[in-house]
Amino acid sequence: MTIIEAFSWMNIRFLLDGLLVTVEVALLSIVFSFIIGAILGLLRYMKIPVFSKIIGAIVDLIRNLPLLLIIFFTYFALPQIGIRFDIFWSAVAALTIFESAMLSEIIRAGLNSVPSGQMEAGRSTGLSYLQTLWFILIPQAFKAMVPPIVSQLISLIKDTSLATIISLPELTHNARIIYGQNTTYVIPMFIALAFFYFIICYALSKVAKRFETKLA
Amino acid sequence: MLTILTTYPDVLIDGFINTLFSSVIALFFSLIIGTLMAILQLAKNKWISGLANAYVEFFKNIPLLIIVMFFYVVVPLYWFSINGFTAGTIGLTIYTSAFIAETVRAGIMGVPKGQTEAGLSTGLTQNETMRYIVLPQAFKIVIPPLGNQFINLVKNSSVLAMVTGLDLMYQGDLIASETFNTFDTYILIGLIYLIITLPLTYLMSYIERRLNVTS
Amino acid sequence: MKKSNKPSLFLLLLLPVFFLAACGSQSAATVDITERIEENPTITWGVKVDTNLFGLYDIKSGEIRGFDIAIAKAITEEITGDEANAEFVEVTSKTRIPLLKNGNIDAIIATMTITEERKEQVNFSDIYFDAGQALLVPNDSSIQSLEDLSADTTVLAVKGSTSAQNIRELSPDTNVLELENYSEAFTALQSGQGDAVTTDNAILLGIIADNPGYRLAGGNFTQEPYGIAINKGQDDFLIKVNEALNKLKSNGVYDEIYAKWIPEME
Repeated sequence: MTIIEAFSWMNIRFLLDGLLVTVEVALLSIVFSFIIGAILGLLRYMKIPVFSKIIGAIVDLIRNLPLLLIIFFTYFALPQIGIRFDIFWSAVAALTIFESAMLSEIIRAGLNSVPSGQMEAGRSTGLSYLQTLWFILIPQAFKAMVPPIVSQLISLIKDTSLATIISLPELTHNARIIYGQNTTYVIPMFIALAFFYFIICYALSKVAKRFETKLA
Repeated sequence: MLTILTTYPDVLIDGFINTLFSSVIALFFSLIIGTLMAILQLAKNKWISGLANAYVEFFKNIPLLIIVMFFYVVVPLYWFSINGFTAGTIGLTIYTSAFIAETVRAGIMGVPKGQTEAGLSTGLTQNETMRYIVLPQAFKIVIPPLGNQFINLVKNSSVLAMVTGLDLMYQGDLIASETFNTFDTYILIGLIYLIITLPLTYLMSYIERRLNVTS
Repeated sequence: MKKSNKPSLFLLLLLPVFFLAACGSQSAATVDITERIEENPTITWGVKVDTNLFGLYDIKSGEIRGFDIAIAKAITEEITGDEANAEFVEVTSKTRIPLLKNGNIDAIIATMTITEERKEQVNFSDIYFDAGQALLVPNDSSIQSLEDLSADTTVLAVKGSTSAQNIRELSPDTNVLELENYSEAFTALQSGQGDAVTTDNAILLGIIADNPGYRLAGGNFTQEPYGIAINKGQDDFLIKVNEALNKLKSNGVYDEIYAKWIPEME
């Protein structure tokens, strides 16, 4: 049976090795892009003259480019100007650059959705600008931001598969190596890929739903 | 960068057209499939809504690359042959339709129940109410998110490069490997993508602002 | 709220590390490799992982194995005294020159043909393997040789390889589609995305060895001498590699490796 041979312990272990890399890259990118995205989103919301505009322009440029291009760019082009990462960190850097731009937009839009009267009300009770932002606006915006942030994070996990193009030994890459050496394993490998990605992403979306209903 | 533009104009234009073409075809079909799935998701019959749900959840939660590679590698291996461009565009359509279904469903649910009742009470059938009363209103709600889906679609079409889809990214990749000037080539390719996506982004935020004002 | 502060603070601390990683390795492209080897004896080789006989990922052992790998290990042993100092980075025909020029790898040993055009970009060692380009087709294919290619046939090649360029010159009418690597090109052939795969005969023989039902169509139509590529400006390292290669050829190690990996060719 091909299916049983395809899922020999040897191949499963190889896929799990890949899955581990996928998870590592995803987790690191999530953390970095969340921090950077939050900072950029806040800076844009605060409308600091010139500065916020420049950040806004850069964010707009990045989020309108294909992630695949950014991955290529960090691994193959950035070294030409002296910035070099190995494969693993190239993938993390590219995902972080792209996803933090996407997240900053979500965060900015979330903050903007809070009626401006809230800011004025906060200020009039004697809170400073930052205090109002932190205690009044962010908690209110948070509820609206959670669903888009979660779906962006799920996108990020799926997008790690694109790093296979720079030979990052993640799940998709390893599955391709297995079926590249034996074409009869193609279908089992696609089943395995769909299974792993689906389980992770679906579970995350369900957990997030729980969290949302708790918030509401 | 200029030399790349002047040395490879045909290749770049070819890639640009294929990228646009693939995105527009995928948008068209994913709108149809997505809307259909959204309606089916809301169907009273548990089996139908369950199947539509499964479709949406499945394709939303696996990477686009896997879907595209499935059509490029697996389908021709066991069933019938399709080239990279078609395989990529089919993959894009299916993937995007799942997101559009989600968006449209949220839009339909955003139309007040009273509208459906009003439609039914004037003697329209369930289908007619959906078609003439609910969907047009739902589409107004979903225009901004749909616009974002289209921008994502253009960006996502770059996966065609991984299945010989002859799109902009594929051509750029070939130019980079021929000239070894990766930096300038990718910047140039990036600029060409921005020519498509940036105006769309600004158009969408304009429309969004207009819609906010009117409501 | 208190609890969640801890991990985020920890990760904030990680952030500078992340940026330092970017800056720290900045000037490596200009570092002299022979000097660096004296401090840190690792040699990083760019190799193929999808090419049977030359460089193939062995899923069972988790190692890359093949003729190129064995030669790279032997050269590493000659230069640094220990073959364990050889590190391998996966490259494809498309990625290998940018990665070498960018300094991600020290040398390329990846079924790479020495050409005049490439010599403008990189330096080559002496020839370490003689190959020639051929066509791989299914047994029942009507293609018997290069002459049978026409506007109705599609040839699958690998991005950035000489074979893609050669086939365009030798058979200008035929369609050429370029994929990332050989296993993808062969998978595409099996999927009917093309009528033939073209690359060097030795690589194709490696494919046939694992996949009955495929044959070579006609003989070689080009000469493809393989060399080890080294970045411009690394002349000392190039000399060392050539010295090591010569020694392997004279002391019989090369022949042993050759006999182990390369099947008899007609």
